[in-house]
Amino acid sequence: MAVKTYLEAIREGMRDEMRRDDRVMVFGEDVGAKGGVFGVTEGLQREFGEWRVMDSPLAESCIVGVCIGAAFNGMRPIAEIQFQDFILPGVDQIVSEAAKIRYRSNDDWNMPLVIRAPFGGGVHGALYHSQSLEAMFCHVPGLRVVVPSNPYDAKGMLVAAIRDPDPVLYFEHKKAYRLIRGEVPDHEYTVPLDRVRVVREGRDIVVFSYGLMVDTAVQAAERLAPDGFSVSVVDLRSLRPLDRQGIVESARRCGKVLIAQEANLAVSVSSEVSAIVAEECFEYLDAPVMRIGGPEVPAMPFAKPLEDAYLVDVDKLESKLRSLAEY
Amino acid sequence: MALTVSMPQLGESVTEGTIARWLKQPGEPVARYESIAEVASDKVNAEIPAPADGIFGEIIAPEGSVVSVGQPICTIEQGAGASPEVPVAAAAAEQPVVAVPAIAVEAVPPVREVQPVAATAAVAAAPPPAMVPLAPATAPLAPAAAAPVPSAPAISPAASADADTDGAAHQHVTPAVRMLAREQGVDLSLIQGSGIGGRVTKKDVLDHVQRRDEAARAAGPAVPAAPAIAPVPAAPAPVAAAVPAAATAPPSLSASAEEGDQLLPMTSVRRAIADHMVRSRQTSPHAWLMVEVDMSRVVRLREAGKAAFRERYGISLTYLPFVARAVVEALRRRPTLNAQWSEAGLVLKHDIHLGIAVALEENLVVPVLRNADRLSIAGLAQAMADLGNRARANRLKLDEIQGGTFTLNNTGALGTVMTQAIINQPQAAILTMDAVVKRAVVVDDMIAIRPIMNLGLSFDHRINDGLQAARFLQDVRAQLEGLDEGATLL
Repeated sequence: MAVKTYLEAIREGMRDEMRRDDRVMVFGEDVGAKGGVFGVTEGLQREFGEWRVMDSPLAESCIVGVCIGAAFNGMRPIAEIQFQDFILPGVDQIVSEAAKIRYRSNDDWNMPLVIRAPFGGGVHGALYHSQSLEAMFCHVPGLRVVVPSNPYDAKGMLVAAIRDPDPVLYFEHKKAYRLIRGEVPDHEYTVPLDRVRVVREGRDIVVFSYGLMVDTAVQAAERLAPDGFSVSVVDLRSLRPLDRQGIVESARRCGKVLIAQEANLAVSVSSEVSAIVAEECFEYLDAPVMRIGGPEVPAMPFAKPLEDAYLVDVDKLESKLRSLAEY
Repeated sequence: MALTVSMPQLGESVTEGTIARWLKQPGEPVARYESIAEVASDKVNAEIPAPADGIFGEIIAPEGSVVSVGQPICTIEQGAGASPEVPVAAAAAEQPVVAVPAIAVEAVPPVREVQPVAATAAVAAAPPPAMVPLAPATAPLAPAAAAPVPSAPAISPAASADADTDGAAHQHVTPAVRMLAREQGVDLSLIQGSGIGGRVTKKDVLDHVQRRDEAARAAGPAVPAAPAIAPVPAAPAPVAAAVPAAATAPPSLSASAEEGDQLLPMTSVRRAIADHMVRSRQTSPHAWLMVEVDMSRVVRLREAGKAAFRERYGISLTYLPFVARAVVEALRRRPTLNAQWSEAGLVLKHDIHLGIAVALEENLVVPVLRNADRLSIAGLAQAMADLGNRARANRLKLDEIQGGTFTLNNTGALGTVMTQAIINQPQAAILTMDAVVKRAVVVDDMIAIRPIMNLGLSFDHRINDGLQAARFLQDVRAQLEGLDEGATLL
């Protein structure tokens, strides 16, 4: 197996599926000759041509709408939104059309659509290139929302998303693109879209997280080991639907639960995980459920000290874990 | 600021107490250590001292209410001159009724305030200072006292001080701990919590269970469940090996319940008795001897004196003080029966504190008659009547059920003729009086009818062999059979 970056794994996932299935196509801003603003689609247009890797106008509503039409007509489109921050003009298409078509048509129609979008901060992206808007979509029945945290999952989950018969929002942490490396098999494989992954086994506390924060959580967990606290880290992977059983198993085993995310906390993924733990694990809890995430401010600031203050880093996560350990 | 006073730990395994009477009312000034309330638990009664100077604030738990250990009972308003850093729990540990031997206190490292659990456990585990002449320093005894030392939390020891000032909110038991304790049969009051404010965490319970199970496994195979009587030192191996180690299984809810069965919920007293019995059987290899005592003289003395005795003291004269008197005489002559085992050697107790087992309807309590060897038969009778009455009325104080050095058990009052008792740890032996029964016996080659009582001695075979135990019983018998019939009991 070769060690690849998170970005390479995503590209490989698209490429392999495009080779395997000629219905798979990519549509988005600058995805063609430029290879995407981050280079994720680099080389794809050269290999598959302009009809399967197509540059779009600078209009997200159009990107999503065109892909919905293509899916209706038998294609397996992958829409690339340049930054998740810009997905908002396409939300009507996503929520009102893509999410509802199977239900609205009484199962006659389905929507094999993947919408990829980079999200997250810590790259000095400021207000409009740093947001984490996943919670908005997690509220909507009819959508899948997934976030891979590592190259293996990135490829396997993207392949599974492309093959899924219904719309999947596939969010990529942009800071992970070249930061996170890992082994990626060359052979064909998929990763289930609705199962948590226990990244690190522990007995005393479990941290539920997703995206780049999983890596932060593992580092923080290791800092508590010398003090005799064994911390489990669980990657949620799928934010909608949440793997209720996987969450409950770990929460019951450990009895102390921390949910760590980059996004602000109010009405977020952490809220939903907390609710599941409260509903299903009350008798197993040895401490209140704790959460850590971004502050309730409108967006990620640009200035470095303010960006640092906004983000959850290893130190902050460690400190939160220790307060939970002490409880 | 208002200081919240919580229900202190009133003794090992006690989980709740009843507010018997408030000694202070809101608005009254209180001085530190001044008693503010009388509390009754299922074992003892105690007075709660004020943890700090101040003005008595609000009564949270009214008289008659039952309050779990650690739950708030009242508040004390502290003035500017008061000392707010005094942790509530620490003051509770210093209840005047808890006679903490100096040696036990020293054995607890001064890293934190002495928690109530640690203090009472130390009282039970550590020998009193009387043995110091044998051991120049506390060191040899440290292992016994070291067990309940509070383990400093791995993280931020300062946190507990902060937490104590805002009262008993942290003493709650989380759902996970409650469930685990129920599943594993763990008495949470025995666990030193490492969480905020001394809260017992799930991890603490799991660690405790692991230690307990390991200890049970380690102790199990070596403990004969029914040791053979060995009047002379004998090779114990074959007997011990053949006996199954019955007492090693960890407690669980493994009993089979069928339709129509009834579950009597576990009480803290029942649990404490059970734990003690299991621990005693696992700790001491019990051996047992019995002698027959001709009680003719005792019976005649009692018959002759009992009317006058009742008239003078207002209590009936039983056989118990006669036997107690004989026992303390014999203990003086046989100090290894008034002793305790320690890895460093035998601790021969200087004082004789005689425990008297008192059976209550639903449990068992052993009040302790301190310095019993200084009392006459009449004095013993009065003191034992007083302890027995107060035991039945639930009015014993904490130091009256602790510190015994030998236990006397009077099951004869219940009509038994042969009793094998379990040693009251950490003592060396327990003597049981069976019923005085008229029997045909051979005296001077003639058959005579005599009142006979069996005396059964369970003794720790680590400390004494059959030789010492038998000599002790002979001494007791000689005392009882050789009483001067002209003696006055008044």
